[in-house]
Amino acid sequence: MDGAQIEAMGLLQDPARRSLYEYVVTQGREVGRNEAAQAVGVQRTLAAFHLDRLAEVGLLEVEFRRLTGRSGPGAGRPAKLYRRASTEHAISLPPRDYVRAAQLFGEAIERAGADQSLYAAARDDGLAAGRELAQSSESVSLEQVGDMLRERGYEPYDADGHVRMRNCPFHSVARQFPSLTCGMNVALLEGVLQGSGLSDQYRVRTDPQGDGCCATIGSISNES
Amino acid sequence: MHRCPFHLALLNIGRLRAPIDSPQIKDFMDGLDAINALAERSPGFVWRYTSPGLNNATATRPFSDDDILINFGTWESREQLWDFVYRSQHLEYLVRRREWFQHMAEPFLVLWWIPAGHTPTLEEARQRLDKLRRDGPSPEAFTFRQPFEAPQNELEPTPAPDR
Repeated sequence: MDGAQIEAMGLLQDPARRSLYEYVVTQGREVGRNEAAQAVGVQRTLAAFHLDRLAEVGLLEVEFRRLTGRSGPGAGRPAKLYRRASTEHAISLPPRDYVRAAQLFGEAIERAGADQSLYAAARDDGLAAGRELAQSSESVSLEQVGDMLRERGYEPYDADGHVRMRNCPFHSVARQFPSLTCGMNVALLEGVLQGSGLSDQYRVRTDPQGDGCCATIGSISNES
Repeated sequence: MHRCPFHLALLNIGRLRAPIDSPQIKDFMDGLDAINALAERSPGFVWRYTSPGLNNATATRPFSDDDILINFGTWESREQLWDFVYRSQHLEYLVRRREWFQHMAEPFLVLWWIPAGHTPTLEEARQRLDKLRRDGPSPEAFTFRQPFEAPQNELEPTPAPDR
């Protein structure tokens, strides 16, 4: 059992600390102590203490930057900013290694040229998830799809009427098999839209930006 | 910014599933100009091979198998090439590759370091792919998944492999 991982995750038991961590993560950018303290409703020095503990165990990363853009003497001290660390943290008990299995499956699909089998399987999986959503309500809203995406770790947010997703849940597998993983993801999301009855209103597009999910969901009527 | 005296060359090939002017290949052909233009304005782009008289390389068939198309160019760094290949609109075409190109069991993509500003020849590219296929990844011919760093010694770029 990895003591460092357990210590890191254990820190999130404290509710204030967890709220601060979740606030920083949800902003998708660097956050200063004062902003985080105010958003969560804790005192500034307590927020600083918690944020620094989270940085110490590698859940957050620290950057110093002058927010005003000035430099030189008299420009003011640089602000201490926090953002989510890119290191992955996981504890699995009993020990599981799904990443390794996924990498081997990916290698096999790559060698066999079975891209389209993978996409078909992903589409079917998305269809089933979309149909499940449709069963529990009269008509499914995009917000409900967003909730499902949030549960799955995509971290969806609204960007000019499109749904963008800040996190790739398949990150390390996507680095090794980019086109297989992204194709799989797009097919899965298309299946969700189809299964939930939203595919005449919304469409999945491949549009990678930065480190986040390669796909966006946009309204068909908004397209030129 | 420190300028590396080496650039990265790329050759990747694909065997068409159907004749190039068939309906099955239409979406690939229709997208070529836009993707080539995207490559040219992407950070790190240096040069791309085009068939004489064309804006793309589709008339050039340097392999004995006439269905094999090539994509051949040079970039300033592996990271910038990665960003274009996998983190741009180009990704959409990659995901659809199996609609247009047959599966190939042997390696179909090779990377190698060249002196900055050198324009590699088709023959050089073919040799590098042969080297990769013969010996697996090495400093002379490698892949994204098994990369090698640019040579340290400015006076000795990686030599072309022996025949």
